[in-house]
Amino acid sequence: MSNQSSPKKHLMKGNEAIAEAAIRSGCKCFFGYPITPQTEISAYMAKRMPKVGGVYLQAESEIAAINMVYGCAGSGVRCMTSSSSPGIALKAEGISYIAGSDLPCVIINVQRGGPGLGGIQPSQSDYWFMTRALGHGDFHALVFAPASVQEMVDTVCDAFDLADKYRMPAVILADGLLGQMMEPVHFPEDYDFNKNTEKPWAANGHGNKRKHNIINSLFLQPDVLEDENFKRFKRYEIVKKNETKAEIDIEEDTELLVVAYGSVARIAKAAVDMARKNGIKAGLFRPITLWPYPEKELQKAAEKVKKVLVVEMSMGQMVEDVRISLKSRIPIEFHGRTGGIVPTPAEVFEKLKEMDGDDNA
Amino acid sequence: MIMPSYTIPKALCDVPTHYCPGCTHGIIHKLIAEVIDEMGIEGETIGICPVGCSVMAYDYFACDMMEAAHGRAPAVATGIKRGNPDKFVFTYQGDGDLAAIGTAETVHAATRGENITVIFVNNATYGMTGGQMAPTTLPGQITQTTPYGRNTDIEGFPVKICEILSQIDGVALAQRVTVIDPNTIKTAKAAIRKGFEYQKNKQGFSLIEVLSTCPTNWGLSPVESLNWVKEKMIPYYPLGVFKEGAIR
Amino acid sequence: MADEEKLLKRMNVNFDRCKGCGLCVTACPKKIIEIQNEKLNSKGYYTSRCIDDDKCISCARCAIMCPDCAITIKVIKK
Repeated sequence: MSNQSSPKKHLMKGNEAIAEAAIRSGCKCFFGYPITPQTEISAYMAKRMPKVGGVYLQAESEIAAINMVYGCAGSGVRCMTSSSSPGIALKAEGISYIAGSDLPCVIINVQRGGPGLGGIQPSQSDYWFMTRALGHGDFHALVFAPASVQEMVDTVCDAFDLADKYRMPAVILADGLLGQMMEPVHFPEDYDFNKNTEKPWAANGHGNKRKHNIINSLFLQPDVLEDENFKRFKRYEIVKKNETKAEIDIEEDTELLVVAYGSVARIAKAAVDMARKNGIKAGLFRPITLWPYPEKELQKAAEKVKKVLVVEMSMGQMVEDVRISLKSRIPIEFHGRTGGIVPTPAEVFEKLKEMDGDDNA
Repeated sequence: MIMPSYTIPKALCDVPTHYCPGCTHGIIHKLIAEVIDEMGIEGETIGICPVGCSVMAYDYFACDMMEAAHGRAPAVATGIKRGNPDKFVFTYQGDGDLAAIGTAETVHAATRGENITVIFVNNATYGMTGGQMAPTTLPGQITQTTPYGRNTDIEGFPVKICEILSQIDGVALAQRVTVIDPNTIKTAKAAIRKGFEYQKNKQGFSLIEVLSTCPTNWGLSPVESLNWVKEKMIPYYPLGVFKEGAIR
Repeated sequence: MADEEKLLKRMNVNFDRCKGCGLCVTACPKKIIEIQNEKLNSKGYYTSRCIDDDKCISCARCAIMCPDCAITIKVIKK
């Protein structure tokens, strides 16, 4: 990001900011399929891509869209798709092939409520899906959880670079709230639409200069497939070591630590501020990467606290990673709303008061 | 004077294939490779393999290759082609892959007039999984999953892809050929060449359906299989051009 | 086989590549190809061979028909 004193600000919807950030990150092709609440990404791409020499294509299905991404990424071109929860479920097959073939791409999931057709209101109920089971087989994707329109821009830029660096898919896990909200943003000044790292492995025609490249995830010999998976997970270890990110807002005497991500983290922040004003020693831990999970950062932040409260727009999914990270050393409570209901700062504050009261009783 | 009059195309790797004896996949591979050689485009070509018997065709073609999920090859081809409009992209798909699980991808790549060439190998069965009913299995044909013969009251009717595609505006070429003797092989090669030429000139989607054999799962000898294509398949799937002409 | 003799062969069968399917036999207009039953190749197939080189016209129909690229053809002009 540019550190210039007065970068040009744009007032934009989260979904549109994602699209513009992708274009400025060198995303050359976008393959989409309409679904609420992410359709503005497609609409923006349809308008902008032809102007910058890129490709916007509306596929016949989410399945086709992700397979177009697979082909495009396999030919070495920066590309992206976006959808919302039920649509991402349809993409699971393609994502697994992308991961199994070690291809980089960016996938946007503007979450809505589920299961099934669910609803079209904000939700965080794809946490398990994104971090645990994005498709069949042994693999992971990078998962970023921005909490503001500006952070949507920043994480999209990072996502493209890290996806290329580690040759793996990267997911931006937003929700209907972030996708639809408008905030001022600024974009990287070093606009480089042609940004594309060297990809000697790509299947883009050998030009009679090298042996043919094969993009493939089929390994019928068990020892070869095991070796492929071992290699991939070795790379994941490096990712886990280097790429975790979190925002930590605690004080020396923080007793109650709230853990929340994405839009809920902003609600939690308001609740923490209310609590502090009322003498409750609360703090906030906000993971920015959900995979790799900032486990060490959380352990450090929770070192001196007495209790942890996890707030999510789900029935409790990330709370499992908090338990794994803290090894159940401290009491961990959960507050969640689901079905498209957004928790209010007041209800989180009530929960904090309750926990603080239990403690002092 | 000694002159080589028939050699192996350069666009094929010099390796044995895993195909059963007499399976005509090998002939079709060779025709594609010969066309690539003749057009001098091996360095600019990306091929896409399906899921099915030809799943490992990436080991046989010398150009860059990608393996697609079952039925998704036309979508994968679209992604490659849109990102690299000046490269040649072809898919190689069987009947289960193209005409069952991948029908939507096939039809929509065709409607978009995607500048790709699809080689569709129709042998009326799922070969790789051991000979189950395919969308193109003939009425009455016995397979592992139609042990009493395909009953059209229960399993419905075969899918005629060239006939379907002939109704689609984005199609530059829909042609059905076979490879059961040197003459039909010559016609098949000319059709594949035409498909690549349409692609070269950015004139739309081309699909060449090749009636092919599956001696192993049909329970026939390789030579009997050639006759089965002639006597059973061609009457149901007539050879010929179903649609031809540049769309742009 | 002596080199000289090999040079004179028009139809050359790659012994280990041939799967003995017999498609070449059907394609030969001179009916001079057979599947021999004397020697198995490394894959366990009896392979095809030309039984009368003098009659071979180097038309390459056998090679065109071969699914395994096991046959190459030479034209010999005396």
